[in-house]
Amino acid sequence: MEKLKGSIAIIKCLKEEGVKTIFGFPGGAVIDLYDDLYDSDITHVLVRHEQGAVHAADGFARVTGEVGVALLTSGPGATNGVTAIATAYMDSIPLVILTGQVPTPLIGNDAFQEVDIVGITRPCTKHNYLVSKAEDLVPTIREAFHIARTGRPGPVLIDLPKDIVASMVDFDEKKPIRMQNYQPTYEPHMGQIEKACKEILKAKRPVLYVGGGVILSDSNEELTELANKLKIPVTMTLMGLGGFPGRNDLSMGMLGMHGSYTANMAVAKSDLLIAVGARFDDRVTGRVDAFAPHAKIIHIDIDPTSISKNVAVDIPIVADCKHALIAMNNWFTTCGHNLEEVAATHAPWLETIADWTTKHPMAYLNEGEIIKPQYVVEKLDELTNGDAIITTEVGQNQMWAAQFYKFSKPRRLVTSGGLGTMGYGLPAAIGAKMAFPDAMVIDVAGDGSIQMNIQELATAKQYKCPVKICLLNNNYLGMVRQWQELFYDKRYAATVMEVTPDFVALAEAYGAVGLRATKTSEVESVIKEALSIDNVVLMDFRIAREEGVFPMVPAGKATTEMLLV
Amino acid sequence: MKHTISVLLQNKPGVLSRVTGLFSGRGFNIESLSVAETLDSTISCLTLVTSGDNAIIEQITKQLHKLIDVIKVTDISESEYVEREMVLIRVKAEASTRAEVLRVIDIFRGKVVDVSPKTYTVELTGSASKIQAVIDILRPIGIKEIVRTGTIAMARAPKK
Ligand SMILES: Cc1ncc(C[n+]2csc(CCOP(=O)(O)OP(=O)(O)O)c2C)c(N)n1
Ligand SMILES: [Mg+2]
Repeated sequence: MEKLKGSIAIIKCLKEEGVKTIFGFPGGAVIDLYDDLYDSDITHVLVRHEQGAVHAADGFARVTGEVGVALLTSGPGATNGVTAIATAYMDSIPLVILTGQVPTPLIGNDAFQEVDIVGITRPCTKHNYLVSKAEDLVPTIREAFHIARTGRPGPVLIDLPKDIVASMVDFDEKKPIRMQNYQPTYEPHMGQIEKACKEILKAKRPVLYVGGGVILSDSNEELTELANKLKIPVTMTLMGLGGFPGRNDLSMGMLGMHGSYTANMAVAKSDLLIAVGARFDDRVTGRVDAFAPHAKIIHIDIDPTSISKNVAVDIPIVADCKHALIAMNNWFTTCGHNLEEVAATHAPWLETIADWTTKHPMAYLNEGEIIKPQYVVEKLDELTNGDAIITTEVGQNQMWAAQFYKFSKPRRLVTSGGLGTMGYGLPAAIGAKMAFPDAMVIDVAGDGSIQMNIQELATAKQYKCPVKICLLNNNYLGMVRQWQELFYDKRYAATVMEVTPDFVALAEAYGAVGLRATKTSEVESVIKEALSIDNVVLMDFRIAREEGVFPMVPAGKATTEMLLV
Repeated sequence: MKHTISVLLQNKPGVLSRVTGLFSGRGFNIESLSVAETLDSTISCLTLVTSGDNAIIEQITKQLHKLIDVIKVTDISESEYVEREMVLIRVKAEASTRAEVLRVIDIFRGKVVDVSPKTYTVELTGSASKIQAVIDILRPIGIKEIVRTGTIAMARAPKK
């Protein structure tokens, strides 16, 4: 057993977990830890706002599948991180957030920069800790990483009182973690797998409904195998995009509020819905009783609370998606049925689906020289072969990115799905670029959202993180304006951005490059130029201001009640 | 329908607020809640009475189980069980009502644990419905103050 200074022990624990990069912002309560980080070989990325630190760690985690780490000071540092912690929680992203805390004798005294961050983040973390004894420090950090990355992943916060970080603590060898009270179920129940597979054999109109669980469990290959083998059409949630190749013929794209006509119709008419790592969110189901009304439902999820929460399920399978899909694929391989024949029985269903797509493709009117945002995203897709890492802000920009970029691989779309946090995209892009310096990382942004964390341009610049920002500038809080246009008599209350900066000049003030396109014919050359510049680039696309996102299922309506272009 | 749920959890600071926060955050209701240490002082037992249809109760038990500090969740009202609640009632006991109070308490097998010139403080144990019955009978006589522990419950031991 070694005795180490708390801060040194923390750094050793981080290294034990394979952490090479962390994102943070200093302050009095974490100054000891910073002092020792100064000598360590962990890269610390100094952001410009704590929300940015946690979003960057989150972006890092989403593209790598590893645990992202953020370090914040006590009080305002910690509270500034809360929105980003909640963002990660809603999307099940593994993070460890270290926050400084006032020394233990001062806790509860309203000390300078004291806040009960454990209390504040209890409902938006998977778990959290206040380390109140020196001997708990090392075991707590190890347990936190274990909890963050296993089961349904999520953010775990550790609050670190300053005196404990500065004291001498025990550092023993790391042993495998076994917790009596926390044992996620990875292996599916084989009886349930068999039941599910038999239903699939019987189905005439099956649909695979795929969510973020497929990305988190890295089971895209197993999923693709299942879909291809039995010719089952696939639709994805926002979080599931990339879980199945967007260019595969079986892909129907996204479903739900802004999903494709085809995907929503297919779910409505299907006789068997196979939900894999999805959670029947209201943006997906619309009016719940009209969601997949004719279908039996199979639901695979590692989190038992997701099953039968919003929609009653016929065959629940609590398991890691990967393990469950492997078990299903194995069952089909050995079941003795001729799978090609089974697949052939889906031909009429696939024809119906193809007809829907022919009648109502994902479309928009491209008229003359006014730039259509969808066109910008299509060009981006084309010029990057659907293979860039796309982060997004929130609003119309996010939906256009989801609809028109054909994600060919998982972990390429980095977006705030559950919480819908404006200001997510730029810091998340920095996190992604720090993880994969050679990847093309592009933030598809809106003019409102980008201003929420625009300060991170400085971070991108400082760490030579040449991310690209594709700003779909409509000078509106466009998504809210769209709702006002459709449902509030075009009364544009507080959605007109009457003053906005000159984004090109703003980018340049940060030492980045600013480019602007005001005409359709300029779009391609601006994108090409941006992609070729080895610097942070902001592309300011002045788009058709009142363009809407379609199809759209009005909130609370059945998903078949779509407003089309 | 009413359900009595028994939860074993780590006896650590903040754990109770995880449970109550879960109920308030998800809009589940708590009719009563009672918690104390078990034989193993690192583990507490919490009994809570809640109500809802089957889907809600299923969510409640799953959500409780999902809390990292929760070790075991049992809906004990699903099988045979015993439940008890204790109540302290301070009731008016003046010359004209004293005998009546004593008689009622005797019928319900309660005890007088404190006496003042104008009141008796009474201790009673029983199921929540028995406690309610005593309260209903004593109310017209004049209840000054009342404190209830909330229900605690235990599954019946197997008969073989
Ligand atoms: C932090 C935060 N505040 C408010 C909202 C509500 N909201 C959702 S979309 C949106 C408009 C976003 O505007 P912009 O970034 O310009 O994107 P656009 O829809 O115009 O593409 C707003 C205000 C939100 N999602 N997040
Ligand atoms: Mg906008």
